[in-house]
Amino acid sequence: MSAVTRHRLLLLLPLAVFLILGGYFALGLTRDPSKLPSMLIDKPAPSFALPGLSEGEKGLSNADLLGKVQLVNVFASWCAPCRVEHPLLMRLAKEQGVTIHAINYKDKPDAAQAFLAQMGNPYTSIGADKDGRVAIDFGVYGVPETYVIDKQGRVRYRHVGPLMPFDVEETILPMIRELSK
Amino acid sequence: MRAFTRSLRRRAGASVPLAYGAWAPGRQSPAYAASRFRPSAWIASTLLAAFLSLPALAVLPNEKLADPAMEARAREISKELRCLVCQNQSIDDSNADLARDLRVLVRERLVAGDSNEQVIAYVHDRYGDFVLLRPPVTGYTALLWGGPFVLLALAGFGTALYMRQRRRDVETMPAPTLTAEEEVRLAALLNDDKPGDGR
Repeated sequence: MSAVTRHRLLLLLPLAVFLILGGYFALGLTRDPSKLPSMLIDKPAPSFALPGLSEGEKGLSNADLLGKVQLVNVFASWCAPCRVEHPLLMRLAKEQGVTIHAINYKDKPDAAQAFLAQMGNPYTSIGADKDGRVAIDFGVYGVPETYVIDKQGRVRYRHVGPLMPFDVEETILPMIRELSK
Repeated sequence: MRAFTRSLRRRAGASVPLAYGAWAPGRQSPAYAASRFRPSAWIASTLLAAFLSLPALAVLPNEKLADPAMEARAREISKELRCLVCQNQSIDDSNADLARDLRVLVRERLVAGDSNEQVIAYVHDRYGDFVLLRPPVTGYTALLWGGPFVLLALAGFGTALYMRQRRRDVETMPAPTLTAEEEVRLAALLNDDKPGDGR
Protein backbone atom coordinates (compact mmCIF):
# COMPACT_ATOMS: atom_id res chain seq x y z
CA MET A 1 0.00 0.00 0.00
CA SER A 2 1.51 3.29 -1.02
CA ALA A 3 1.79 6.21 1.41
CA VAL A 4 -0.84 8.15 -0.52
CA THR A 5 -3.47 5.40 -0.35
CA ARG A 6 -2.77 5.03 3.34
CA HIS A 7 -3.39 8.72 3.89
CA ARG A 8 -6.59 8.54 1.87
CA LEU A 9 -7.78 5.69 4.13
CA LEU A 10 -6.95 7.79 7.16
CA LEU A 11 -9.46 10.36 5.90
CA LEU A 12 -12.18 7.74 6.39
CA LEU A 13 -11.32 7.40 10.08
CA PRO A 14 -13.67 10.19 11.28
CA LEU A 15 -16.49 8.60 9.30
CA ALA A 16 -15.76 5.22 10.87
CA VAL A 17 -15.71 6.77 14.36
CA PHE A 18 -18.97 8.57 13.59
CA LEU A 19 -20.65 5.37 12.39
CA ILE A 20 -19.56 3.43 15.48
CA LEU A 21 -20.68 6.17 17.89
CA GLY A 22 -23.86 6.78 15.88
CA GLY A 23 -24.74 3.07 16.05
CA TYR A 24 -24.04 3.04 19.77
CA PHE A 25 -26.21 6.08 20.44
CA ALA A 26 -28.99 4.85 18.13
CA LEU A 27 -29.12 1.65 20.20
CA GLY A 28 -29.13 3.76 23.36
CA LEU A 29 -32.17 5.70 22.12
CA THR A 30 -34.21 2.51 21.93
CA ARG A 31 -33.51 1.70 25.56
CA ASP A 32 -34.97 3.38 28.60
CA PRO A 33 -32.23 3.83 31.21
CA SER A 34 -34.83 4.36 33.93
CA LYS A 35 -36.12 0.77 33.44
CA LEU A 36 -34.06 -1.53 35.56
CA PRO A 37 -33.99 -5.33 35.47
CA SER A 38 -35.67 -7.03 38.41
CA MET A 39 -33.59 -9.27 40.63
CA LEU A 40 -36.64 -11.46 41.24
CA ILE A 41 -37.16 -12.77 37.71
CA ASP A 42 -37.74 -16.56 37.87
CA LYS A 43 -37.34 -16.46 41.64
CA PRO A 44 -40.09 -16.98 44.19
CA ALA A 45 -41.81 -13.79 45.35
CA PRO A 46 -40.42 -12.59 48.68
CA SER A 47 -42.28 -13.86 51.71
CA PHE A 48 -44.48 -11.23 53.24
CA ALA A 49 -47.78 -10.77 55.03
CA LEU A 50 -49.50 -7.41 54.75
CA PRO A 51 -52.67 -6.31 56.58
CA GLY A 52 -55.71 -5.13 54.63
CA LEU A 53 -56.70 -1.51 54.10
CA SER A 54 -59.12 -1.53 56.99
CA GLU A 55 -59.21 -3.60 60.12
CA GLY A 56 -60.69 -7.06 59.68
CA GLU A 57 -60.21 -6.89 55.92
CA LYS A 58 -58.13 -9.62 54.35
CA GLY A 59 -54.64 -8.51 53.47
CA LEU A 60 -52.12 -10.02 51.08
CA SER A 61 -49.35 -12.53 51.70
CA ASN A 62 -47.04 -14.53 49.46
CA ALA A 63 -49.19 -17.61 50.16
CA ASP A 64 -51.94 -15.93 48.09
CA LEU A 65 -49.62 -15.89 45.08
CA LEU A 66 -49.59 -19.68 44.63
CA GLY A 67 -51.75 -21.89 42.42
CA LYS A 68 -52.49 -19.75 39.40
CA VAL A 69 -51.01 -17.08 37.18
CA GLN A 70 -51.78 -13.67 38.61
CA LEU A 71 -50.64 -10.08 38.72
CA VAL A 72 -49.36 -8.02 41.61
CA ASN A 73 -49.83 -4.30 41.09
CA VAL A 74 -48.06 -1.76 43.30
CA PHE A 75 -50.15 1.38 43.51
CA ALA A 76 -50.84 4.44 45.64
CA SER A 77 -53.63 6.99 45.64
CA TRP A 78 -51.06 9.83 45.48
CA CYS A 79 -49.52 8.40 42.32
CA ALA A 80 -50.77 10.08 39.15
CA PRO A 81 -49.61 7.39 36.66
CA CYS A 82 -51.57 4.85 38.77
CA ARG A 83 -54.73 6.72 37.84
CA VAL A 84 -53.70 6.53 34.20
CA GLU A 85 -53.35 2.74 34.21
CA HIS A 86 -56.27 2.01 36.50
CA PRO A 87 -59.01 1.73 33.82
CA LEU A 88 -56.80 -0.82 32.07
CA LEU A 89 -56.53 -2.88 35.26
CA MET A 90 -60.34 -2.71 35.58
CA ARG A 91 -60.72 -4.10 32.07
CA LEU A 92 -58.10 -6.80 32.67
CA ALA A 93 -59.99 -7.98 35.74
CA LYS A 94 -63.51 -7.64 34.32
CA GLU A 95 -63.11 -8.61 30.67
CA GLN A 96 -60.13 -10.98 30.79
CA GLY A 97 -60.79 -12.42 34.22
CA VAL A 98 -57.22 -11.85 35.35
CA THR A 99 -56.60 -12.07 39.08
CA ILE A 100 -54.88 -8.89 40.23
CA HIS A 101 -53.54 -8.40 43.74
CA ALA A 102 -52.40 -5.06 45.02
CA ILE A 103 -49.71 -3.71 47.27
CA ASN A 104 -50.86 -0.29 48.40
CA TYR A 105 -47.56 1.54 48.71
CA LYS A 106 -47.01 4.11 51.47
CA ASP A 107 -50.57 5.33 51.39
CA LYS A 108 -53.24 6.43 53.83
CA PRO A 109 -55.91 3.70 53.98
CA ASP A 110 -58.70 6.31 53.71
CA ALA A 111 -57.13 7.86 50.63
CA ALA A 112 -56.67 4.40 49.05
CA GLN A 113 -60.34 3.53 49.78
CA ALA A 114 -61.47 6.82 48.23
CA PHE A 115 -59.30 6.15 45.16
CA LEU A 116 -60.88 2.71 44.70
CA ALA A 117 -64.40 4.06 45.31
CA GLN A 118 -63.84 6.62 42.58
CA MET A 119 -61.91 4.54 40.03
CA GLY A 120 -63.28 1.06 40.73
CA ASN A 121 -61.62 -1.87 42.45
CA PRO A 122 -60.02 -4.46 40.17
CA TYR A 123 -58.12 -6.13 43.01
CA THR A 124 -58.84 -9.56 44.46
CA SER A 125 -56.97 -8.62 47.62
CA ILE A 126 -55.03 -5.61 48.80
CA GLY A 127 -52.10 -5.47 51.20
CA ALA A 128 -51.33 -2.15 52.86
CA ASP A 129 -47.58 -1.55 52.80
CA LYS A 130 -47.49 1.55 54.95
CA ASP A 131 -43.74 1.79 55.45
CA GLY A 132 -42.85 0.47 51.99
CA ARG A 133 -40.77 -2.42 53.32
CA VAL A 134 -42.45 -5.17 51.32
CA ALA A 135 -42.03 -2.99 48.23
CA ILE A 136 -38.30 -2.80 48.96
CA ASP A 137 -38.24 -6.61 49.18
CA PHE A 138 -39.78 -6.64 45.70
CA GLY A 139 -37.20 -4.14 44.48
CA VAL A 140 -39.84 -1.50 43.77
CA TYR A 141 -38.28 1.86 42.93
CA GLY A 142 -41.27 3.74 41.59
CA VAL A 143 -45.00 3.27 41.51
CA PRO A 144 -46.83 1.89 39.65
CA GLU A 145 -45.12 -1.44 39.07
CA THR A 146 -46.78 -4.64 37.93
CA TYR A 147 -45.48 -8.17 38.43
CA VAL A 148 -46.55 -11.35 36.66
CA ILE A 149 -46.49 -14.29 39.09
CA ASP A 150 -46.65 -17.87 37.81
CA LYS A 151 -48.48 -20.88 39.31
CA GLN A 152 -45.51 -21.73 41.52
CA GLY A 153 -45.47 -18.24 42.97
CA ARG A 154 -42.38 -17.18 41.03
CA VAL A 155 -41.97 -13.69 39.59
CA ARG A 156 -41.77 -13.99 35.81
CA TYR A 157 -41.99 -10.40 34.65
CA ARG A 158 -41.89 -6.90 36.00
CA HIS A 159 -43.32 -3.80 34.35
CA VAL A 160 -42.21 -0.41 35.69
CA GLY A 161 -44.48 2.57 35.16
CA PRO A 162 -48.11 2.72 34.06
CA LEU A 163 -49.34 -0.15 31.91
CA MET A 164 -50.29 0.92 28.41
CA PRO A 165 -52.74 -0.96 26.16
CA PHE A 166 -49.90 -2.28 23.99
CA ASP A 167 -48.01 -3.55 27.07
CA VAL A 168 -51.08 -5.55 27.97
CA GLU A 169 -51.80 -6.77 24.43
CA GLU A 170 -48.24 -7.62 23.47
CA THR A 171 -46.62 -8.71 26.73
CA ILE A 172 -48.86 -9.24 29.74
CA LEU A 173 -51.77 -11.18 28.19
CA PRO A 174 -49.60 -13.46 25.98
CA MET A 175 -47.44 -14.19 29.00
CA ILE A 176 -50.44 -15.03 31.19
CA ARG A 177 -51.78 -17.36 28.46
CA GLU A 178 -48.39 -19.03 28.06
CA LEU A 179 -47.87 -19.52 31.80
CA SER A 180 -51.42 -20.78 32.34
CA LYS A 181 -50.90 -23.75 30.01
CA MET B 1 -32.10 23.45 52.59
CA ARG B 2 -29.61 23.26 49.76
CA ALA B 3 -30.66 26.63 48.34
CA PHE B 4 -30.31 28.10 51.79
CA THR B 5 -26.75 26.76 52.18
CA ARG B 6 -25.89 28.00 48.71
CA SER B 7 -27.07 31.52 49.47
CA LEU B 8 -25.07 31.47 52.69
CA ARG B 9 -22.04 30.27 50.75
CA ARG B 10 -22.47 33.07 48.23
CA ARG B 11 -22.67 35.61 51.00
CA ALA B 12 -19.61 34.18 52.76
CA GLY B 13 -17.70 34.23 49.47
CA ALA B 14 -18.68 37.82 48.78
CA SER B 15 -17.16 38.98 52.05
CA VAL B 16 -13.65 37.78 51.14
CA PRO B 17 -12.77 40.44 48.50
CA LEU B 18 -13.96 43.14 50.89
CA ALA B 19 -11.58 41.88 53.57
CA TYR B 20 -8.78 41.79 51.03
CA GLY B 21 -9.51 45.38 49.99
CA ALA B 22 -9.27 46.57 53.57
CA TRP B 23 -5.60 45.62 53.93
CA ALA B 24 -4.42 45.73 50.31
CA PRO B 25 -0.95 47.33 50.27
CA GLY B 26 -0.86 50.91 49.03
CA ARG B 27 -4.52 51.60 49.63
CA GLN B 28 -4.23 53.07 53.08
CA SER B 29 -1.38 54.60 55.08
CA PRO B 30 0.88 51.81 56.51
CA ALA B 31 -0.15 52.55 60.09
CA TYR B 32 -3.83 52.34 59.21
CA ALA B 33 -3.29 49.20 57.16
CA ALA B 34 -1.38 47.58 60.03
CA SER B 35 -4.20 48.32 62.44
CA ARG B 36 -6.71 46.69 60.05
CA PHE B 37 -4.71 43.55 59.27
CA ARG B 38 -5.76 40.99 61.84
CA PRO B 39 -4.62 37.46 60.94
CA SER B 40 -6.95 35.95 63.51
CA ALA B 41 -9.97 37.63 61.92
CA TRP B 42 -8.84 36.55 58.51
CA ILE B 43 -8.37 32.93 59.62
CA ALA B 44 -11.70 32.98 61.43
CA SER B 45 -13.56 34.26 58.36
CA THR B 46 -11.81 31.70 56.13
CA LEU B 47 -12.79 28.90 58.50
CA LEU B 48 -16.34 30.21 58.60
CA ALA B 49 -16.49 30.27 54.81
CA ALA B 50 -15.07 26.74 54.64
CA PHE B 51 -17.60 25.54 57.17
CA LEU B 52 -20.51 27.14 55.34
CA SER B 53 -19.45 25.55 52.06
CA LEU B 54 -19.79 21.97 53.33
CA PRO B 55 -22.07 19.95 51.06
CA ALA B 56 -25.73 19.98 51.97
CA LEU B 57 -26.65 16.79 53.81
CA ALA B 58 -29.66 14.73 52.93
CA VAL B 59 -29.44 12.69 56.13
CA LEU B 60 -31.98 14.04 58.58
CA PRO B 61 -31.21 14.25 62.29
CA ASN B 62 -33.98 11.81 63.21
CA GLU B 63 -32.45 9.13 60.96
CA LYS B 64 -29.10 9.21 62.72
CA LEU B 65 -27.96 6.48 65.07
CA ALA B 66 -26.94 7.32 68.60
CA ASP B 67 -23.67 5.40 68.30
CA PRO B 68 -21.24 7.61 66.31
CA ALA B 69 -19.14 4.63 65.13
CA MET B 70 -22.21 2.85 63.77
CA GLU B 71 -23.53 6.07 62.23
CA ALA B 72 -20.15 6.50 60.48
CA ARG B 73 -20.47 2.96 59.07
CA ALA B 74 -24.01 3.75 57.91
CA ARG B 75 -22.76 6.86 56.11
CA GLU B 76 -19.97 4.88 54.50
CA ILE B 77 -22.42 2.24 53.23
CA SER B 78 -24.92 4.86 52.08
CA LYS B 79 -22.28 6.49 49.90
CA GLU B 80 -21.82 3.17 48.06
CA LEU B 81 -25.51 2.76 47.28
CA ARG B 82 -27.16 4.50 44.39
CA CYS B 83 -30.52 6.18 44.77
CA LEU B 84 -32.89 4.34 42.41
CA VAL B 85 -35.02 7.43 41.90
CA CYS B 86 -32.36 10.08 41.20
CA GLN B 87 -29.93 7.56 39.73
CA ASN B 88 -26.91 9.85 39.80
CA GLN B 89 -26.88 10.40 43.52
CA SER B 90 -26.04 8.07 46.35
CA ILE B 91 -28.76 7.43 48.92
CA ASP B 92 -26.59 9.49 51.27
CA ASP B 93 -27.00 12.55 49.00
CA SER B 94 -30.55 12.09 47.83
CA ASN B 95 -33.68 13.65 49.27
CA ALA B 96 -35.94 11.12 47.55
CA ASP B 97 -38.37 9.16 49.73
CA LEU B 98 -36.99 5.81 48.65
CA ALA B 99 -33.45 6.97 49.48
CA ARG B 100 -34.63 7.91 52.95
CA ASP B 101 -36.30 4.51 53.39
CA LEU B 102 -33.09 2.78 52.30
CA ARG B 103 -30.99 4.89 54.68
CA VAL B 104 -33.26 3.87 57.52
CA LEU B 105 -33.08 0.24 56.35
CA VAL B 106 -29.26 0.35 56.25
CA ARG B 107 -29.21 1.61 59.83
CA GLU B 108 -31.69 -1.05 60.96
CA ARG B 109 -29.57 -3.81 59.44
CA LEU B 110 -26.47 -2.41 61.18
CA VAL B 111 -28.26 -2.30 64.52
CA ALA B 112 -29.39 -5.89 63.90
CA GLY B 113 -25.71 -6.82 63.75
CA ASP B 114 -25.00 -7.06 60.04
CA SER B 115 -21.51 -6.35 58.72
CA ASN B 116 -21.07 -3.62 56.09
CA GLU B 117 -20.84 -6.30 53.39
CA GLN B 118 -24.01 -8.01 54.59
CA VAL B 119 -25.95 -4.73 54.48
CA ILE B 120 -24.76 -4.01 50.94
CA ALA B 121 -25.57 -7.59 49.91
CA TYR B 122 -29.08 -7.19 51.40
CA VAL B 123 -29.79 -4.16 49.20
CA HIS B 124 -28.00 -5.70 46.21
CA ASP B 125 -30.26 -8.81 46.45
CA ARG B 126 -33.28 -6.57 45.95
CA TYR B 127 -32.10 -3.97 43.49
CA GLY B 128 -29.27 -5.62 41.57
CA ASP B 129 -25.95 -4.30 40.29
CA PHE B 130 -27.51 -0.96 39.45
CA VAL B 131 -27.78 -0.02 43.11
CA LEU B 132 -24.02 -0.30 43.58
CA LEU B 133 -22.14 2.88 42.72
CA ARG B 134 -19.06 0.66 42.37
CA PRO B 135 -20.37 -2.17 40.18
CA PRO B 136 -18.69 -5.59 40.45
CA VAL B 137 -16.53 -6.81 37.58
CA THR B 138 -18.64 -9.32 35.63
CA GLY B 139 -18.93 -10.22 31.96
CA TYR B 140 -21.64 -7.57 31.67
CA THR B 141 -19.58 -4.77 33.23
CA ALA B 142 -16.22 -5.84 31.76
CA LEU B 143 -16.40 -3.14 29.09
CA LEU B 144 -17.20 -0.52 31.70
CA TRP B 145 -14.15 -1.38 33.79
CA GLY B 146 -11.78 -2.35 30.98
CA GLY B 147 -12.88 0.25 28.40
CA PRO B 148 -10.59 3.07 29.55
CA PHE B 149 -7.55 0.78 29.53
CA VAL B 150 -8.42 -0.55 26.07
CA LEU B 151 -8.73 3.05 24.83
CA LEU B 152 -5.40 3.97 26.45
CA ALA B 153 -3.68 0.99 24.83
CA LEU B 154 -5.19 1.83 21.42
CA ALA B 155 -4.14 5.47 21.71
CA GLY B 156 -0.61 4.46 22.80
CA PHE B 157 -0.33 2.02 19.90
CA GLY B 158 -1.54 4.67 17.44
CA THR B 159 0.87 7.27 18.79
CA ALA B 160 3.84 4.86 18.62
CA LEU B 161 2.96 3.95 15.03
CA TYR B 162 2.65 7.60 14.05
CA MET B 163 5.96 8.58 15.69
CA ARG B 164 7.80 5.71 14.01
CA GLN B 165 6.41 6.64 10.62
CA ARG B 166 7.31 10.29 11.10
CA ARG B 167 10.90 9.49 12.07
CA ARG B 168 11.24 7.25 9.03
CA ASP B 169 9.82 10.00 6.80
CA VAL B 170 12.38 12.53 8.10
CA GLU B 171 15.26 10.11 7.66
CA THR B 172 14.40 9.04 4.13
CA MET B 173 13.01 12.27 2.72
CA PRO B 174 15.58 13.93 0.35
CA ALA B 175 16.57 17.46 1.30
CA PRO B 176 14.72 19.89 -0.97
CA THR B 177 16.92 21.70 -3.46
CA LEU B 178 17.00 25.49 -3.67
CA THR B 179 16.08 27.42 -6.78
CA ALA B 180 18.70 29.64 -8.41
CA GLU B 181 17.02 32.71 -7.02
CA GLU B 182 17.10 31.28 -3.47
CA GLU B 183 20.80 30.37 -3.84
CA VAL B 184 21.59 33.99 -4.70
CA ARG B 185 19.59 35.27 -1.75
CA LEU B 186 21.19 32.78 0.65
CA ALA B 187 24.69 33.80 -0.51
CA ALA B 188 23.79 37.46 -0.03
CA LEU B 189 22.50 36.76 3.50
CA LEU B 190 25.60 34.73 4.44
CA ASN B 191 27.99 37.41 3.12
CA ASP B 192 26.05 40.20 4.70
CA ASP B 193 28.16 41.30 7.71
CA LYS B 194 26.52 44.64 8.30
CA PRO B 195 24.36 44.22 11.48
CA GLY B 196 20.88 45.65 11.41
CA ASP B 197 20.43 45.39 7.71
CA GLY B 198 17.60 42.94 7.47
CA ARG B 199 17.19 42.61 3.74
